[in-house]
This record gives sequence, structure tokens and C-alpha cells, in this order.
Amino acid sequence: MLAIVPAYDEEGAIGRLVDEIRAFDPAFDVVVVDDGSTDATAEVAAARGAAVVVLPFNLGIGGAVQTGFRYALERGYERAVRLDGDGQHDPAELGKLLAPLERGEADIVTGSRFVVGRGEYRPPLARRLGITWFARLVSLFTRQRVTDTTSGFQALNRRGIELFARDYPNDYPEVEATLLVHKCGLRLVEVPVEMREREHGASSITFVRSVYYMLKVTLALVVAMLRKYPTLSQEAPRQ
Amino acid sequence: MTPVRISIAASVASALLVLVVLELIRGRRLKERYALLWLVTGVVLLVLSAWRDGLNTIAGWLGVTGYPPAILFAVATLFIIIVLLHYSTVLSTLDDQSTVLAQEVGILRQRLDALEGAQPAPTGGLSANTSPPSGSSL
Repeated sequence: MLAIVPAYDEEGAIGRLVDEIRAFDPAFDVVVVDDGSTDATAEVAAARGAAVVVLPFNLGIGGAVQTGFRYALERGYERAVRLDGDGQHDPAELGKLLAPLERGEADIVTGSRFVVGRGEYRPPLARRLGITWFARLVSLFTRQRVTDTTSGFQALNRRGIELFARDYPNDYPEVEATLLVHKCGLRLVEVPVEMREREHGASSITFVRSVYYMLKVTLALVVAMLRKYPTLSQEAPRQ
Repeated sequence: MTPVRISIAASVASALLVLVVLELIRGRRLKERYALLWLVTGVVLLVLSAWRDGLNTIAGWLGVTGYPPAILFAVATLFIIIVLLHYSTVLSTLDDQSTVLAQEVGILRQRLDALEGAQPAPTGGLSANTSPPSGSSL
């Protein structure tokens, strides 16, 4: 099993996160994708025993995450989980994500903050609006109830890894990826998880940027609906 | 009717464009792939500038009665839009390709470091951070 951790300037949080993943299950290999950080993220992660893939320049979250999936595909991992490098995804919750995979019920499992029963997470207004908007839109498009399209806390089996290694969107990739999963006929399941507040650094998202991204991702979603996707067959062609 | 002086000036300008493009290709500073659109643009403008009856006829078709040279502007604008759109598609392709290259380089370097037993080693290389940071979801 592989844990994929995209990180940009997270030297303060990354070390503890790697330790916690190991503490949850020592069988996890951890790969930290350092998305062109200017701080010691790569060194800290490597010192804790994680494999570190250093991107030569900043690709953005989608490109960084996809790097992890490519790595998983190349190394032949059967399962992968993804946690954000800022520590908001608690490794202690990984068991919930992995359970549906183990039971063979899903190809991709997303940890949702909003599945009924867990109401504690209250993000800022702009973010909450965005999350609701995308959840509604994606639910409409996929005719399947999706509550949290922006969560990057995921577990995937081999099919999921293959899909994302081949094709992964870039800005707020989780939203579009949800649609992609649906279009390619993979099974997506949401499980309730609790997320932590960021521990270090500031979120990279400001209000203006939120609005800008909402427009951009909405356009991307509409385009994604109209786009043709190859069915996921035997060997995925390399991009 | 198109004034003769406008015809001459526009013809000279179009011919210059064609010559400059040809010279750039000759000096290998412009790939043929990207030059083709510019050549077509130059040639079309040259023909419309020099062939005054043609310009007048086309203006008549389009209902431009007062000032036929306006067609020259319209055609030039149209071609510029096409060239720009073409560049956007080229940019998108390059963007995708550079992403794949960066990912491959990162993965290969990790593998190389691991093979040499040098992990951890990464120093960040040329970390030119020009794009917005990542690392968080909504």
C-alpha cells in the first residue's frame, strides 16, 4: 500500500504526518510529492523515511497528486491513499477509507466532511458555498448523491490508480475527478470522516481566488460532461 | 472604389509581412508549422490589397458600400484571431507536455537517488515558483 502526500511548503506539518501514517499502519510506504517547495519539505519528509519525489517546478495540486498516482502505477501498488501535506487529513481515519476497498464495494473512496452524522466541520462562508455548489452540480451530472467533491482524502484500488495516473485535472482537481470517475464507470463511495484544521501556514485560497476558481471549475465541469473519455481498458496509454 | 494610394500602401505592408516571415523561416527562427498561418495571412492580404476590383467586389457582397478598404481590416483581424487561437492550442499542448515531463523527471530522480542510496538528497534544483501554490483543497 502506498500513501501519496502532495506538499507545497509544508515543512512544519509534513514530518508529523509521515509519522502518523506509519503509526496507523507500518505497511504503508509513503511518497511525498514536493511541488516545488521553497522550504525544507523534501528534506524533512526524507528524514522521516518517506520516498520523496521533487518536482522541478510548481505544477499545482493536480499535477502534484497525479505524480503520486504515476509513481504508484509504476511501482505496482494495488492500493493507494492520498492525504494532503498540510495535515488536515488525519491518518487515524484511514481505516474508514480503506474498508469499502477491502470489501470490494468501490474503486475509489472519498472521505467526506458532510455525510450525515458529522456536522462539526464549518468551513468559511465562501468555501462552504463553493463546496455546496459543486456537490449539487456533480450530483446532478452524475445522478448520484455526492456531498463533498472537494475532498482530497481518498483511497483507491488499482483501477482507480490507473485512471488517475492517466488522466487527472488540475485546478481543484477533486471536483472534476469525481465526474471523471463517474464517466469512466468506476465505483465511487463516500464515507464520513473528520478533518482537522490546518496546523501550519495559511490556506492558499483567498476569497477572490475562490470566486475565480468556482467559475473556472464550473466551466471545466461542463466541458468535462461534454468530453469523450476512453473506457478504462487493459493497458492505459501513456499521455 | 478603393483609393490607389491605400492599395499601394497595403500591398507594400503585406509584401513586407510575407518577406519577414520567409526570412524568419530561412534563418530557422520560425518553424514551418507555425509560419504557415502567417504566410497565408500575408498572401491573402497582399492579394486583396493589390487586386482592387476583387476587394470592391467582396465589399459589395458584404454590403460595405462606403469604404471598401474596411474589408482589409476585417480580413486582417480575422486572421489574427485564427493565429491567436492556434497559439492557444499549441500552448495547451506544451503545458500538458511540460507537466508530464516534470512528473517523469521527479519520479526518475527519486528512483535514481534511491538506487544510489542518496535519498534524501533533493535540493530543489531550479525551483522557480511562478505559479500559485498548491497543497490544499477547498
